[in-house]
Amino acid sequence: MVRVLEHRILQYRRTYRASIFGSFVSPVLFLTAMGLGLGGYVSGSSTQTFEGATYLQFLAPGLLGAALMQTAAGESMFPILGGLQWNRIYHAMYATPIRPRDIALGNIVWIAIRLMLVGTVFAFVTLAFGAVRSPLVVLAVPAAVLTGLAFATPIVAFAATQRRPDVFSTIFRFGITPLFLLSGTFFPIETLPTWLQPLAWLSPLWHGVSLCRSLMLGTIGDDPLLALIHVFVLAAIAIAGTLAAFRTFDRRLVGG
Amino acid sequence: MPTPASESSLIHARGLTKRFGSFTAVDAIDFDVAPGEAFGFLGPNGAGKTSTMRMIGCTSPVTGGTLSVLGMDPNHDGARIRSRLGVVPQQDTLDNELTVRENLIIYGRYFGLARDECRRRADELLEFVQLSDRGTDLVEPLSGGMKRRLTIARSLINEPELMLLDEPTTGLDPQARHLLWDRLYRLKQRGVTLVLTTHYMDEAEQLCDRLVVMDKAKIVAEGSPLQLIARYSTREVAEFRFAPGVQEKLDGSFNGLADRIEWLPDRVLLYAYDGEQVVAASRERGIVPETVLVRRSTLEDVFLRLTGRSLID
Repeated sequence: MVRVLEHRILQYRRTYRASIFGSFVSPVLFLTAMGLGLGGYVSGSSTQTFEGATYLQFLAPGLLGAALMQTAAGESMFPILGGLQWNRIYHAMYATPIRPRDIALGNIVWIAIRLMLVGTVFAFVTLAFGAVRSPLVVLAVPAAVLTGLAFATPIVAFAATQRRPDVFSTIFRFGITPLFLLSGTFFPIETLPTWLQPLAWLSPLWHGVSLCRSLMLGTIGDDPLLALIHVFVLAAIAIAGTLAAFRTFDRRLVGG
Repeated sequence: MPTPASESSLIHARGLTKRFGSFTAVDAIDFDVAPGEAFGFLGPNGAGKTSTMRMIGCTSPVTGGTLSVLGMDPNHDGARIRSRLGVVPQQDTLDNELTVRENLIIYGRYFGLARDECRRRADELLEFVQLSDRGTDLVEPLSGGMKRRLTIARSLINEPELMLLDEPTTGLDPQARHLLWDRLYRLKQRGVTLVLTTHYMDEAEQLCDRLVVMDKAKIVAEGSPLQLIARYSTREVAEFRFAPGVQEKLDGSFNGLADRIEWLPDRVLLYAYDGEQVVAASRERGIVPETVLVRRSTLEDVFLRLTGRSLID
């Protein structure tokens, strides 16, 4: 597993500057447009606050969770399919004493490291925007990484069953994007029609966003049980996804 | 037939079988590979060569029969066996995002070698496959022959005792093929055991001490290239070509001239010990070909006789 991770780090050395610069751009754009622009507009028109915070402060943790979900999804699709189908380097790894599950786990740990980097950059941007209210923000980053892993691991497992990337855009269109919009990222889910609200409970992103928000706003003490449930749900998905990835990597590399 | 004793065999297979669902890819084959030998699997596409190689390489489980590789059982000691093998797959599986040298170094790491040792071996191997000046280049712009050489260098990073080469020169130009053969021959001289699959007869004749011909999941012949030619063909072949319409009227006129006569749509092949004698005899019978070619029998004649001339897709 460690060797596989070493391989990914070696690959990353070639592109890390562009990649880290890229992870600054997206939060700056979103926080400027949605947080300052839209946020200024909504707060200006009413005296309403968002869970006791400004819109920018409310939005930042939502975007953090959502950004790591999207990074996780992207990192779990094409690179995995590529290693199995295009340059087939996973097949070359499997010709050594490395086991299929080592390859799966190495990639998942790598994705976690990538998410940690993107999340940390995001936290610094948020800090620069003055949108951080609680020092617990240092825990919000790992919480967002866990959120990302709840998406990454099942997608890695799924990607290992595919031979072409056709379904990936469908996952984004009908999975990632609706969750991005409807999981409490931009507004509290209580604003949704009542019949839609229970569905949010099914969204891993809602659990992630809610957890990150309670940490960044420092409101976690209000409902610690809910926070625990969030952690439990996200961790359960991430573990199940990892075990599924072990199975699909085994099948793919041993079977064909 | 010189079958080595099984105790000293590097690979020992009895009744080896591979099934995918109801499809039998390898059907109860027996073979032994001795240390230091160059052993070939010949056969048309779909004959079961790659499936056999993958079972030997411990990346595909054995469905039936027994197989031992380096004295171990692939089902239990897969990782230990793989650590002592060098595998050159049919398709290149290089990492295009890394440089030539990095590809070798990271591969050495997969075998648990120290970084310094990986670097030292990488430089040696680049020298060996004549890629030293490309070490810091990315893999992508390399030619097909260079990529193959790099793949071979990569498979040697763990100093394997046994190399598995699945169609090592398919798709390469003649210069690249000859360079590869030369390198493989040197490895053989160093005592590395080579097991390869090919459907190039010249490759098999160049490299293999002993080979088996596979067809439809079974082994249909075994021996050295010369033994196979002696057994399944004749020393020489005379190829007769005729003007349009002439061949059809020749029915029976070649009878008794050769050990075996093969009628193809565009020519007639006469298999005999002495080709020139066949040509002379046919001339006496008044047969007038447009062109005639007398040549030595090759493995290709053996191959086509054993696996048929019909196209297999």
